Amino acid sequence: MWDYTDKVKEHFTNPRNVGEVDNADGVGEVGSLACGDALKLTIKVNDKGVITDARFKTFGCASAIASSSALTEMVKGMTVEEAEKITNEDIANYLGGLPKEKMHCSVMGREALEAAIANYRGVFLPMAQGEVVCECFGVTDLEIIRAIKESHLRSVEEITNFTKAGGGCGKCEDRLREILHQTVEGLQMEPKKAKKEQRMTTLQKIKKIEEVLEREIKPTLKKDGGDIELIDVDGDFVTVSLRGACAGCQSSRTTLKVYVEKKLRELVSDSLIVEEDR
Amino acid sequence: MNCGSDKVIYMDNNATTRVAPEVVEAMMPFLTDCYGNPSSMHTFGGQVAGAIAEARESIAALIGADPEEIVFTSCGTESDSTAILSALQTYPDNRHVITTRVEHPAVKNLCENLDGLTGHKHRITRLQVEADGMLIPDQYEESLSDDTAIVSVMWANNETGVIFPVEEMAVMARDRGILFHTDAVQAVGKIPINLKDSAIDFLSISGHKLHAPKGVGVLYIRKGTPFIPFINGGHQEHGRRGGTENVASIVGLGRACRLAAEKMEEENVRVRRLRDKLESGLLAKIPRSMLNGHKTSRLPNTANISFEFVEGESILLHMDKYNICASSGSACTSGSLEPSHVLRAMGVPFTAAHGSIRFSLSVYNTEEEVDFVLEKMPEIIANLRAMSPFWND
Repeated sequence: MWDYTDKVKEHFTNPRNVGEVDNADGVGEVGSLACGDALKLTIKVNDKGVITDARFKTFGCASAIASSSALTEMVKGMTVEEAEKITNEDIANYLGGLPKEKMHCSVMGREALEAAIANYRGVFLPMAQGEVVCECFGVTDLEIIRAIKESHLRSVEEITNFTKAGGGCGKCEDRLREILHQTVEGLQMEPKKAKKEQRMTTLQKIKKIEEVLEREIKPTLKKDGGDIELIDVDGDFVTVSLRGACAGCQSSRTTLKVYVEKKLRELVSDSLIVEEDR
Repeated sequence: MNCGSDKVIYMDNNATTRVAPEVVEAMMPFLTDCYGNPSSMHTFGGQVAGAIAEARESIAALIGADPEEIVFTSCGTESDSTAILSALQTYPDNRHVITTRVEHPAVKNLCENLDGLTGHKHRITRLQVEADGMLIPDQYEESLSDDTAIVSVMWANNETGVIFPVEEMAVMARDRGILFHTDAVQAVGKIPINLKDSAIDFLSISGHKLHAPKGVGVLYIRKGTPFIPFINGGHQEHGRRGGTENVASIVGLGRACRLAAEKMEEENVRVRRLRDKLESGLLAKIPRSMLNGHKTSRLPNTANISFEFVEGESILLHMDKYNICASSGSACTSGSLEPSHVLRAMGVPFTAAHGSIRFSLSVYNTEEEVDFVLEKMPEIIANLRAMSPFWND
């Protein structure tokens, strides 16, 4: 059984604003029967641009229904400009959080809202464009990149939890990893090499990274009056903090990418990505 | 801990069953005073060995086997793995395995991972099923080949209750010198089984599916079947499965098998009638609902019904408000994002697969419970449909 918050259960049991607004000014329809969840959001907007009514119809699990109900409550009384700033995290937070495997339900809420606003404005939604990466659930690269950026996703599993991409046949897993790396790193990477690396546990990885920092990297940085500290390791993502002369140094990013990351890839694992803690 | 079992309407018996009070009673001495090791030389331990021998006989009697053909394991999954991996080691040159698309994950996922487990490449034939969940007749015969090491086909499907003709299939395998395994965890105790004159070489049983506790299983190994153990260790089970016996649970399983034999008729008459009443009632009262699985070649306790345009997890949570326990083949309940592989293999459309609910009864269910479910379900489905964007009155 899922670990739903009381608020999720409450919105699921007593959903608010079920139905369709008469003569809706904006209609947003996302999802499909095949995907297992779908949401039709209708909104009424007055001449001052304020959303005066919002209603939903949802096919889906408890968290999909609760997310839809929460969304309608949130947007009512907001201006369209305010409403379009709502993120999926806002919807999840409104409900006191969602199980991580169910985050895609909150994403569906936000997508429906976007679609309804676009429909109200009479504009074409760019999200429908892009290359379909996950064929099982029809998720495009643009949607995936956006989810990675907005929700700070750091693994393929998280991408699946938020967008459903990769949750079906799993054939797109390599492509998802590639998009993840490209998006986080902001530069082109080689597609995943066929050669299988010896897998390390996170603990082994941290130990090895610390070793390399101590032995190889710190001494070099110290020569220039700088220093570095390991903050976190999350999958392939290594967060460090630059200290001393390195902090605030114009070329600190170059140091990080060209030197620190290169060294760690060479000596620990060639899929590591180094980021600075800000 | 009080988990409110007195209040629930439990219709999820293919997931697990209540431990019968008679079973608990039989087990108690072995959780308290009779703690000896059955392998010990002293009388104190020897008594325990006697109790295990008695349990072995009860289990053998239920399935028409010899007591020596019964090997105790920890669960149905262990039994499945033991049988299939034994066959592959026995015939290392035969790298072909035949199974079905609708097996329980215990067999399905094992077959998917065979290459990694054994270090060899295998060819897996997954037999297809028709819309009613039955196997396509000719496909099996055509797939039997010279390099087939083992056939593993479930006796009855856990999701739909559909029964496969495993006895006939086993004969066809034997005629070609191929080993035959059946995962019978859903069938044993629910329908009569007699292995005496069958061609089945291996059969898996799980204790907790027939009112014994969790954590005990059986692998039936026909006399004369070549066998290589999965768990090596002590001489227990005549060297066929190492590890000190789970005495209390084994005794419990023995008692559960005797009970199942006594209640076999009740299961197939009274429980079947309750199931039929529930099923026909739901199909009649709720529009756009349909039965998943063959109407007659089916376990007496199982009804898998799809309610179109609504989603299974939502249905289950509304049922939960009334303490009605069942399960669903929807994507959301599985933790994966795709609906049941069984329903998909049957070609159940997505409109229905996501809204499937499995009711699985037992001898502990009553007519009042069935009536209560029949009263509540139409309202639950109607409320969810009122919310569904795909539903038009």
